[in-house]
Amino acid sequence: MSSGVKKSGRLIKAPENFLAAQDAKAPALMRRKFLAASASTAAASLAALGLSAPKNALASVGEGDPNILNLPAHTTGLGMPVAANPYGMPSQYEKGLQRRESPGLTRVSAASVAFTPLQGTFGIITPSGLHFERHHQGWWDIDPSKHRLMVMGLVKNPKVYTMDDIMRLPSVSRIHFIECGANTAMEWGNVAVPTVQYSHGMVSCSEFTGVPLSVLLEDCGIDRKAARYVLAEGADGSSMTRTIALDRALDDVIVAYGMNGEMLRPENGYPLRLVVPGIQGVSWVKWLRRIEVGDMKWAAKDESIHYIDLMPGGLHRQYTGIQEAKSVITTPSGGQTLLDKGFYNISGLAWSGRGKIKRVDVSVDGGRNWRTARLETPVLSKAFTRFNIDWVWNGGPAILQSRAQDDTGYIQPKINQLRAVRGTRSIYHQNAIQSWRVADNGEVSNVQIY
Amino acid sequence: MSRFIKSLRLVASAGMLAVCVSASAQGANQKFSGIGRTATPAEIKAWDIDVRPDFKGLPAGAGSVAKGQDVWEAKCASCHGVFGESTEVFTPIIGGTTKKDIETGRVANLAREDFPQRTTMMKVATVSTLWDYINRAMPWNNPKTLTVEEVYAVTAYILNLAEVVPENFVLSDKNIAEVQKRMPNRNGMTEKHGLWDLKGKPDVVGTLCMSNCATELKITSFLPESARDAHGNLKEQHRPIGPARAIDTSRPAAAAPTADRPVVVAAAPAAQAATASGVNAAEISKKANCTACHAQAAKMVGPSWTEIAKKYKGDAKAPAMLAKKIKSGGAGNWGAVPMPPHPNLKDNELTALSQWILEGAK
Repeated sequence: MSSGVKKSGRLIKAPENFLAAQDAKAPALMRRKFLAASASTAAASLAALGLSAPKNALASVGEGDPNILNLPAHTTGLGMPVAANPYGMPSQYEKGLQRRESPGLTRVSAASVAFTPLQGTFGIITPSGLHFERHHQGWWDIDPSKHRLMVMGLVKNPKVYTMDDIMRLPSVSRIHFIECGANTAMEWGNVAVPTVQYSHGMVSCSEFTGVPLSVLLEDCGIDRKAARYVLAEGADGSSMTRTIALDRALDDVIVAYGMNGEMLRPENGYPLRLVVPGIQGVSWVKWLRRIEVGDMKWAAKDESIHYIDLMPGGLHRQYTGIQEAKSVITTPSGGQTLLDKGFYNISGLAWSGRGKIKRVDVSVDGGRNWRTARLETPVLSKAFTRFNIDWVWNGGPAILQSRAQDDTGYIQPKINQLRAVRGTRSIYHQNAIQSWRVADNGEVSNVQIY
Repeated sequence: MSRFIKSLRLVASAGMLAVCVSASAQGANQKFSGIGRTATPAEIKAWDIDVRPDFKGLPAGAGSVAKGQDVWEAKCASCHGVFGESTEVFTPIIGGTTKKDIETGRVANLAREDFPQRTTMMKVATVSTLWDYINRAMPWNNPKTLTVEEVYAVTAYILNLAEVVPENFVLSDKNIAEVQKRMPNRNGMTEKHGLWDLKGKPDVVGTLCMSNCATELKITSFLPESARDAHGNLKEQHRPIGPARAIDTSRPAAAAPTADRPVVVAAAPAAQAATASGVNAAEISKKANCTACHAQAAKMVGPSWTEIAKKYKGDAKAPAMLAKKIKSGGAGNWGAVPMPPHPNLKDNELTALSQWILEGAK
């Protein structure tokens, strides 16, 4: 059944498969190496590893950089005309940054995930073409002139709206992150994936434009006395249904058609999706066709069979929606090699489903000592916040971590703290501090450390 | 003067009358006049398909286990296995529950850390969810095509495989509440957590320690060298400029000890299967979800690409036959499990796809 694919079957299985018997004793060795290497000098380790010397030495330049001395074609010729690309595309040199599936994670690509390449994005807005994808029964490009939204249930007047109707109503535009509840799920038990794309790439952040759901509920005359919940339902084959609390529905939930200044992309629910700030992505029902007002939770397939969190002892937590505060360093991050010793701007993203990011601390020594990072503006509620901090890499081993705190006072936990309460099988809501190990050869890799 | 006032009044009251009329026509809020219209009963009936745990929304009807088995074998078994046990395409539906669980309402195997995977029947607490799931989203590639009787029947068949109902059972809207009392994991859900309510209390919170914090600096997990290129060559997944370069995982780590570990060489990137017609068959096979049931060399639900190519090698009629088969589906050539039809594929896509398969899907 659709989303079962990626859950119990997959997310648990992958990690163990990656650990060969010969590697079982390696962590202890690593630790010794890490401690020992801390003492060695940067220059010595650089030389020993044959890393290139600093490239800014004048001697290596000679007469000068040929890229400066020899004028290139683009400086001496005529460039492309306007509208050569009527819809602009990224440079040919950027084609490495794409949404990608994690091999072996799911069995069917119509019920799968394509991860956002967080290692290559800047600021807080995810380019629409790189927004992560998660479909339960494939995606469609729906004719907007035939799309309808029905609002019914505990309302005085059940109504049908066309896209024309919805786009005539007063609109709001707000920046929010959307994170799949299963983001980072592969790492509950142990390290399973190499880069931040696969460890954290089921999260994106966009400016969404649409009509507050409260406007539509009022327009239909919601029965405020009897109403407790609303159900959102999609128009695709899976007809995703999710229960939303009424206080949220009347607060910041948006029936959105716009994303980053244009219409939603088909993979993200064109022409209409629900935006439920702070709540896991599955509730942001795509291709939204129906809102029902009711008085009890629905226990829909994706809140009673999938998207339930298994706890130690065998109980499942049901209706876990909030994405708690989380952060991750995106530069440098797993799978990269630092160019050289010297200055780096450690940069990353923080977000909280409960409100604004208040502070992010960064450690370069595996969590022993921390410094508070700069938060770049804007700092918005339930949105990405970009953080930066200066770092001079001395060429020795390091372990980089970031730790977010939101404006409720909540502090992002360590993985062992999460495991102590929730075990390793709950799949969803894994918001632990991420560790990137910088080896003395400059390679950055994904590790877990207590 | 008075005449003038009188006529003004008339105009005003006529205007008010008009407002009243349109307000009553709207029925509710008339702030956004001209926006939307009242849904008709037929429209609501067409879309209001949800079934709640209290069975509100469940249509009257019935279906037997026996009928369910027929539907299952025709429309469900290709993905889920004849006994709901398949792991090939989706997580199994049946397995892991016991008669004791039916008594207690808690699936004991869920407490076992070593239990390999969770089946649907181990997880689902509410029988309404099963009914709604099948009715709404199954069969996976042709959802909302089952009749009410078929949905009852398939639900009954699943419940029978899990020993919740007997073989001669007929599930209906009249007895479904009784079945609920036998669901193996009916007491297995909790809403005691802080992740629903905005003001909910978090269960795990970190600390704000800034210096000399307690940490063992013990690396407890990392990716072994053998998984170095499990996600492809990372070099091709990053920007070629900036403060760092991605690691070329097609080669061993520069300074890592490699002598005692096998070096995994990256597989050559799959060639773009562009055919004479200019259609990329490999892409189509992905988009049409062929790969849900067919793999390169291993038999999954359907035969492997290699097997098909081998069987029809040198057969001049094969390309046309295969294209037709892909379009209209059917069973027989490779066993009883039917292949679903693919009516949306265009002729040139069908030609390209069959040619690509017959050439070994390279």
